[in-house]
Amino acid sequence: MKPRSGEYAHLIRMAGLFAIGITAFLLLRWMMVPADFGLLGHYRAGAVQDNMERPVMFAGQAVCVECHTDVAEVRAKGRHAKVSCESCHGALAAHAQDPDGVKPKRPDPRKTCIICHTASISKPTSFPQVVPAEHAPEGSCADCHVVHNPKLS
Amino acid sequence: MNQDRRSFLGSTGTLLVLTASAAIAWEHVLAGTPEEAPNYTATDHWWGMSIDIEKCIGCGTCVRACKTENDVPREDFMFRTWVERYVVDPAEYEHPKVSSPNGGYDGFHEQEVKDPNLKVFFVPKLCNHCAHSPCVQVCPVGATFESQDGVVLVDRKYCLGCRYCVQACPYGCRFIDPRTETVDKCSLCYHRITKGLTTACCETCPTGTRVLADLKNPKDPIHAFLRDHKVQVLKPQMATGSKVFYNGLDGSVR
Amino acid sequence: MQGVEGFIYPNELELQWSVLIVLYPFITGLVAGAFILASLERVFNVQAVKPTYRLALLTALAFLIVAPLPLQLHLGHPERSVEMYLTPQPNSAMAMFGFVYLWYLMVVLVLEIWLDYRKEIVLTWQKSTGLMKLLYGAMALWSDNISPRALDRDDRIGRALTVIGIPSAFMLHGYVGFIFGSIKANPWWSTPLMPIVFLFSAIVSGIAAVMILYFVTCWFRKVVVDMACVDTIATYLFYAFVVDFSLEMLDLIHRLYESDESFRALDFMVKTRLFTSQIVLQIIVGTIVPLAMLGLTQLVRFREPVRRVIYLVAGCLTMVGIFAMRWNVVIGGQLFSKSFLGYTGYKMEFATREGLLPAILLMILPFVILWVLIRLLPPWGHEEKTAARHA
Repeated sequence: MKPRSGEYAHLIRMAGLFAIGITAFLLLRWMMVPADFGLLGHYRAGAVQDNMERPVMFAGQAVCVECHTDVAEVRAKGRHAKVSCESCHGALAAHAQDPDGVKPKRPDPRKTCIICHTASISKPTSFPQVVPAEHAPEGSCADCHVVHNPKLS
Repeated sequence: MNQDRRSFLGSTGTLLVLTASAAIAWEHVLAGTPEEAPNYTATDHWWGMSIDIEKCIGCGTCVRACKTENDVPREDFMFRTWVERYVVDPAEYEHPKVSSPNGGYDGFHEQEVKDPNLKVFFVPKLCNHCAHSPCVQVCPVGATFESQDGVVLVDRKYCLGCRYCVQACPYGCRFIDPRTETVDKCSLCYHRITKGLTTACCETCPTGTRVLADLKNPKDPIHAFLRDHKVQVLKPQMATGSKVFYNGLDGSVR
Repeated sequence: MQGVEGFIYPNELELQWSVLIVLYPFITGLVAGAFILASLERVFNVQAVKPTYRLALLTALAFLIVAPLPLQLHLGHPERSVEMYLTPQPNSAMAMFGFVYLWYLMVVLVLEIWLDYRKEIVLTWQKSTGLMKLLYGAMALWSDNISPRALDRDDRIGRALTVIGIPSAFMLHGYVGFIFGSIKANPWWSTPLMPIVFLFSAIVSGIAAVMILYFVTCWFRKVVVDMACVDTIATYLFYAFVVDFSLEMLDLIHRLYESDESFRALDFMVKTRLFTSQIVLQIIVGTIVPLAMLGLTQLVRFREPVRRVIYLVAGCLTMVGIFAMRWNVVIGGQLFSKSFLGYTGYKMEFATREGLLPAILLMILPFVILWVLIRLLPPWGHEEKTAARHA
């Protein structure tokens, strides 16, 4: 029986399918690639902005000092001069935003001071460290030390 | 060529060039050039960090601060930064005993070592924000990249979660955040440093071990640090262009 | 498997790439290997293996269709996988997956199978009714021209496609080897030999798979196995395996000799956590035993029934060995810490997204697809066509 289609019909139609496929792909690509992709490098330029937009949890000591000048003065005279407020007091940006609404809890010296000052052979020898059980078996470190300027009070 | 044809060609050419340039410009307008924080120009900075091993007391304040600042899951196998403790027998410095209980989050209290002949010290670790980063190199879609100011960042909206970058990082600083099913890692507190603050870990480090560094700033203390100390980076043989510089890094550190 | 031993970086506790990522190179390896076997007849005119030509192509297609599925199951965001087509990062070996896959699927496999089967498709189209008529008509692209000139042209195009297909198969599986081999952070993976080792083990596994399938389909059809065919296949399997084994031994000897920083940690790992999968399953059961069996058949002329059993057993052991090799590369490469001071363990769960159950189902699926393909496009009964082609 004589075929209805030409010799090349199937090849042409397959080529046509490929052409449609490739065009559809290019169209999809043009539509779907984020508009800001590739502006700064092989990435979505908006990602830089996304990374900038996280909430800040630690205010930074400069902010604390603005209000708490008295404590800052005491601290400046002693060995804790370079220790930032939030090292011991935790994240306080919320308090800095709303000083009356957000009142941070006073840190427990027995927990906070001990973390840094427990004697350990691993710590540099120049760093002030004590064995808590021998140095002060009970009571708070604040009983004897002014925590912001830790010489004996 | 007569005058009319030349002028026709000239005006057509100009029109084509202008149309093409307008098209490109319009594309940028539509995209919206990313707005930087006010007064922050990325190309003015080249961020890194200096870490002074000789000052580190292993208190873990940096680890706690980072988890708080960056909302990192509190599990003990996901850290943006962590502290390791090395106990080195000087005769066997290639086989140190290393530990990092909960990444150093609670300090190292229960890990007492008594022998004074041993060398013991702490090594805080984080993403090294490599200038030739192998993690950026392998990301198949461009979801992690080095910003113009030298910080290796993750695009959480684009990341597939294929984990190739986690395999490629020689320092083990990446992990998968199960809440977003994308990769997460130290971003050098990008949201802070672009506003003139320092990173959470540097802010809270009580001994000044960790200090943010801007290598493009001629007044930054990093330059004196690099000049006056014997400085090392982690795994220098990998040639990653690491920008976290350690003073006092012992040869046993892995 | 055991838990943590020694020191690992805290983020290294959980493995990143699971059994699904073991499955992916295994599957694409079968695709590449089956295709190489098919090309033996088409390009290199190895007449003896022509009974397996079409079966090999359909096997390759069945496995290729399944290949992206383990990857999709593994991704944290499979809906974003289209990004690999939108913004492939040119430095990343993984980025080329989408394009290499599409190329191989459409241009190499689908086109070649279509051209080779076109006559049967048209004839079936003309003979069938209803839904089947529609299906076969679509497959024929509604062209009914199967004149000798058209078929001859199809044949020449098909041959050209096979020639292109060989380097394409190398790309399809070689890039997977490169994905591992280019990671300088991981000394178990980082070697220039990795793509080549992957490729040769792929060829070995693909040939073994087609040989086993040929035995199985002959048994189902109650047809006598063509011994000249399987003898030839077994010979090619043997020599490919010799090359593969030599390459893997070269890697091992090189590591032992240079004994660099990572060696101690890796050596300890192989002797403990990886002992069963590497020494027992991959090397002894999966390589040395089948190699010895196949080598024996090259030296001693056994009777046909004995040879059949040897080939079948050796083929099955080979598949076990190659799967173990993928396991040892992927899982083994993640068991040790990059600090070289410790190890972690792989907790494979059962019925989770990346657990054992999906892995088993994904390994069964290609055979289901192959069964459908064999029903639609029977690989047998075309001997007179191949004879005519080479007349």
